[in-house]
Amino acid sequence: MLEIKNLHAKVGDKEILRGINLTIKDGEIHALMGTNGAGKSTLSNVIVGNPSYEVTEGSITFNGQDLLSMSPEERAQKGVFMSFQAPVEIPGVSMTNFMRAAVNARREAQGKEPLKSTDFLKVMREKRKLVEIDQKLMNRSVNEGFSGGERKRNEIFQMAMLEPTFCILDETDSGLDVDALRIVAEGFNKLRTAETSAIVITHYQRLLDYIRPDFVHVLIDGKIVKTGTADLARLIEEKGFDWIKEELV
Amino acid sequence: MSEQENGQQNKPEKNELVRRIAEKKYEFGFTTDVHTEIIEKGLNEEVIRLISKKKDEPDWLLQFRLEAYRYWLTQVQPTWGHVHLPEIDYQAISYYADPTAKSKKGPQSVEEIDPELMKTFDKLGIPLEERLALSGTAVDAVMDSVSVKTTFKEKLSEKGIIFCSISEAVKNYPDLVKQYLGSVVPPKDNYFAALNSAVFSDGSFVYIPKNTRCPMELSTYFRINARNTGQFERTLIVCDEGSYVSYLEGCTAPMRDENQLHAAIVEIVVMDHAEVKYSTVQNWYPGDAEGRGGVLNLVTKRGDLRGVNSKLSWTQVETGSAITWKYPSCVLRGDNSQAEFYSVAVTNHYQEADTGTKMIHLGKNTRSTIISKGISAGKSQNSYRGLVRIGKQADGARNYSSCDSLLLGSQCGAHTFPYMDIHNNSATVEHEATTSKINEDQLFYCNQRGISTEEAVGLIVNGYAKEVINKLPMEFAVEAQKLLSVSLEGTVG
Repeated sequence: MLEIKNLHAKVGDKEILRGINLTIKDGEIHALMGTNGAGKSTLSNVIVGNPSYEVTEGSITFNGQDLLSMSPEERAQKGVFMSFQAPVEIPGVSMTNFMRAAVNARREAQGKEPLKSTDFLKVMREKRKLVEIDQKLMNRSVNEGFSGGERKRNEIFQMAMLEPTFCILDETDSGLDVDALRIVAEGFNKLRTAETSAIVITHYQRLLDYIRPDFVHVLIDGKIVKTGTADLARLIEEKGFDWIKEELV
Repeated sequence: MSEQENGQQNKPEKNELVRRIAEKKYEFGFTTDVHTEIIEKGLNEEVIRLISKKKDEPDWLLQFRLEAYRYWLTQVQPTWGHVHLPEIDYQAISYYADPTAKSKKGPQSVEEIDPELMKTFDKLGIPLEERLALSGTAVDAVMDSVSVKTTFKEKLSEKGIIFCSISEAVKNYPDLVKQYLGSVVPPKDNYFAALNSAVFSDGSFVYIPKNTRCPMELSTYFRINARNTGQFERTLIVCDEGSYVSYLEGCTAPMRDENQLHAAIVEIVVMDHAEVKYSTVQNWYPGDAEGRGGVLNLVTKRGDLRGVNSKLSWTQVETGSAITWKYPSCVLRGDNSQAEFYSVAVTNHYQEADTGTKMIHLGKNTRSTIISKGISAGKSQNSYRGLVRIGKQADGARNYSSCDSLLLGSQCGAHTFPYMDIHNNSATVEHEATTSKINEDQLFYCNQRGISTEEAVGLIVNGYAKEVINKLPMEFAVEAQKLLSVSLEGTVG
């Protein structure tokens, strides 16, 4: 369970989050919608511990533990995963070596032995099929020369490899065509267990047709101003955000 | 011609890539407690005569030394390198230290070697007992001024291959040594070459007879142990017509507060259709995090590609030394000869490296390739300096140079000094250079996948250096990879 209380955060001198309260129970999917610059990505980055963002007030606990006091890698090893909006290239580091380091870091944190090479490659093969990602990409450097769609698919592939219990999908649907969107979303659904919870950030209903949210939150100016069920997302698709803003006045 | 790039940037403290510079681990900093015969400090003709006498040398070699010494006296220490070479007090150094002095004639069998020396080389991963050796590798183990043991000598001699210390070669193969010694790097080549020619102690001698493929990797391991001594390595490799040899050198030294001098000469002669691969994994003590101590590594290495279709390839992984000043070079004399230089130089803390190569094209259709990867961290300075010269007669000569610099942090420097000197219009010379930094987004991406920053840097650096590391013999490539990660430990917070 992830519990966010009165969270304030800034980038440089600019305050972006102004008191977020959000509780996500195991197995729940929460969609996060809102205008550009409302703080959706800031919230995700703060949860995963990006050092460019500074928390000024509030707390986040994950399964009862203080998440904010952990390093980004500790958070990841505890099962927090983010599918990046714009995944970076890491020249010279092959996807295979990268994944091996990540999987074994997680195992080490759990007190497990590193995976044997043959076992690791077998797992890679299985998970690749799930998101229909080409073997060729695994021999390339991380994200180097990947198309936008391949990068997004690669994010979900990494999620499959790391088996997180809490995921953030930060605009995973952007840049995907209809077929790719279906593959990625269905891949995510197959990977989910009864415990997996997620924040899904999106501008569009179409992703939520596949990944059905239990709750939809609207973020404006660094605050959650409205919470509803899946119907709220459809309403936003239809009418935009202005009516919500008007309600606030 | 010079291109410079400094890692200066104005970013808030918390965003700096380098937030702490932790103590770097140096695994080989121990000393060996062994009876060592060290001659009095100081340098003069008497000392040179003494060294020559201790090694029981013929008169021609003594004269070679004395002539070099007299020339050296007329010269001054060069200052052109992009390094802060301290004033060296040559009278404060001892020029000969013999850790095998207990055994009278220099040890022949393993049983006669001081167990402490055996233990030392075991600890360094260089077992001197042949049955324990790395498969397919013969080793000449040199400590301070003396070769302790050369393995697989007998086995190699069955093929007519000579692999022994240079001292032994002077005794047993004086004609070969006399023919080639100083023929590639003359004693008057430069200041440190003159010094080495005057006082050189041990190193390896390799002769591969015609049409012979050396069945093992040959390697020399240099270890400095005694305090206040200098090590003056001298290595000579002759690869005769149609032959092949792969040679590797490694080096380590104890951790000490004062600088120690290692001034070496390596000469390689490659005849018609012959090929030599020379690899170095240099891990001399680099000094501490504040820049105290460390080895001054001042080295002249050169290969003479005398024969047609001859090949020479230098591969170096340089992670150690307080100051590195070396330019393994090739004279492409034979028509169609080919030379390569692959280098990874890592500097951290206050280390300074000025390294590169010279490719001198004299023969027709000669080809050379230069791949240099510099990695700087801490407050270090890392320079590539390279010369490509195409002579008048070198029709159709080609060179390709690629020099990349990777900066970790904002207080280190990377510099490139490429020189070109082209005297033939049919030449093709290409030079590419890049400078990059490991950026925070890349590190954070790794962190988010559970990979620590240090491990991420290791992955990225090894990826960056892969093109060079892949050129090393298998066993050493693995060692070199580990070394790269260890050398950069603690550079990013």
